[in-house]
Amino acid sequence: MSGEAYSELVRNLREGRFVVTGELEPEKTTDLTETIETARLLKGWVVACNVTDNPTAFAYITPLVACYAIQKEAGMEAIYQITCRDRNRLAITSDLLGAAYFGIKNVLALTGDYVSVGDNPQAKPVFDLDSASLVYLIRRMVDEGVDLAGNKIEHPPKFHVGIAANPNANPLEPELLKIERKVRMGVDFIQTQCVYDIEVAKNFLREAERFNVPVLIGMAPFKSVAMMKWFVKFVPGVHVPEELQERILKAKKRGGKEAVYEESIEMFSEMIRELRKTTRAAGIHMMAVGFEWIVPKILERAGMEPVWR
Amino acid sequence: MIVLRQKPMDEILSMLKGFSSVLIVGCDGCAAVVQAGGRRQVEMMKLMLDLASKLGKLSGLRVGTASVLHQCNPEGVRSTLQPLVGDYDALLSLACGIGVQTMAMVFEDKDVIPANDTVFMGMHDWKEMKFYEYCSACGNCVLFETGGICPITRCPKSLLNGPCGGQANGKCEVGGWVRDCAWVQIYKRLKAKGRLDLFTKFRGPRDYRASQHPRELELR
Repeated sequence: MSGEAYSELVRNLREGRFVVTGELEPEKTTDLTETIETARLLKGWVVACNVTDNPTAFAYITPLVACYAIQKEAGMEAIYQITCRDRNRLAITSDLLGAAYFGIKNVLALTGDYVSVGDNPQAKPVFDLDSASLVYLIRRMVDEGVDLAGNKIEHPPKFHVGIAANPNANPLEPELLKIERKVRMGVDFIQTQCVYDIEVAKNFLREAERFNVPVLIGMAPFKSVAMMKWFVKFVPGVHVPEELQERILKAKKRGGKEAVYEESIEMFSEMIRELRKTTRAAGIHMMAVGFEWIVPKILERAGMEPVWR
Repeated sequence: MIVLRQKPMDEILSMLKGFSSVLIVGCDGCAAVVQAGGRRQVEMMKLMLDLASKLGKLSGLRVGTASVLHQCNPEGVRSTLQPLVGDYDALLSLACGIGVQTMAMVFEDKDVIPANDTVFMGMHDWKEMKFYEYCSACGNCVLFETGGICPITRCPKSLLNGPCGGQANGKCEVGGWVRDCAWVQIYKRLKAKGRLDLFTKFRGPRDYRASQHPRELELR
């Protein structure tokens, strides 16, 4: 997408800088102190932070408010995640209008995990829209100043639209065609699911070149051996190479938790260096929910600086 | 086929409490095919209720049996059951929710009790002895565009532009990676037919007016 850049994220992407985004996950609480503190910790190292929308179908404080809070209190640009699971088109439209009032400029359009994996599995799943029609809604609001039904909006919002992609998808072709479907409507950036296998990332980036949309490769550093094992066991779609598993296990044996952190810092900074050197990745999306302090350490080790002060 | 599943016997018995006589009414339509309301199930239900009476779970319940061709047809229900119902104060329907409501409408003064839960509209696979939900009666069929596989029904999220991130190796996350992802199936079929253009096409938000309850249809 060309045209005016409304946000720092998109301005930086268009300038061709290697961009880093972070992720914040406010939980089932009315207190956003921790979220704001974490945003301050990441400030400078990341250009913007995603704020999750009831991730894995757990009912948490609304990201709309958390986005506002981190922008206002921490000066951290927000990427407002919206899923289609909990709200119909009326609710999503009204939330988007509110988001524009709050000065939110980036929206990540997601389908949302199914309710059965969450903390209220009895809930009615909505899915009035899917991620493609959510992109369509945002485009209509921004480009035409109308809602889905064509009703006029006073003072239409200005948003950049991001979408998610899964480089690990097997088969990959339907995933690529799905991206194509959205890119045709107008997408400003792509953030991917976490990737552990650098070859998977490279292959995806090659395939995605045809879209001409900046791709941020998702990374979820290992917090512990348990987290790694959970990924290997319960997330069948994500390939964690044997070699990486070995390295984390050896680190644990060598020096416990601290050594696992150190190995994670080394491993993911290597991956970042490799991506910067050999691919056309526009940047990375760091998901280290619950141990965000590791993000600056990984980036520093990868030779990066906190440039987004 | 409308697929039914018999309610737990305890639930049926609790609904029958306080009645002195009941007429079990089967249905020779879908209910018979899915073996929930055919003539054999009617006889089986009578045996169960008689046994419950003997065991003292019901006090002296008099049980009769009948079957109608299609319980969803009020004329058929009336003509078949009119001569029989006078003797009973409750009717135990072994049909679907439509059959239960039709009987309740035709015999307004009777209590009609559902013996089954109506679960879905499905395809029956006798080899596997299983039924699969295949249609949601959404009122706006997209099967031509989706290789004859309904994403509204067979994708838990009813996505029109799938697959989502919850598929791995063609399996769906919902239910624990056991079921096939409908959208990967659709992709494979359309690819084989050389119609990936239909796959990639953007299908806009559904118009839910086509499935607003209660719907009516006039036969012309």
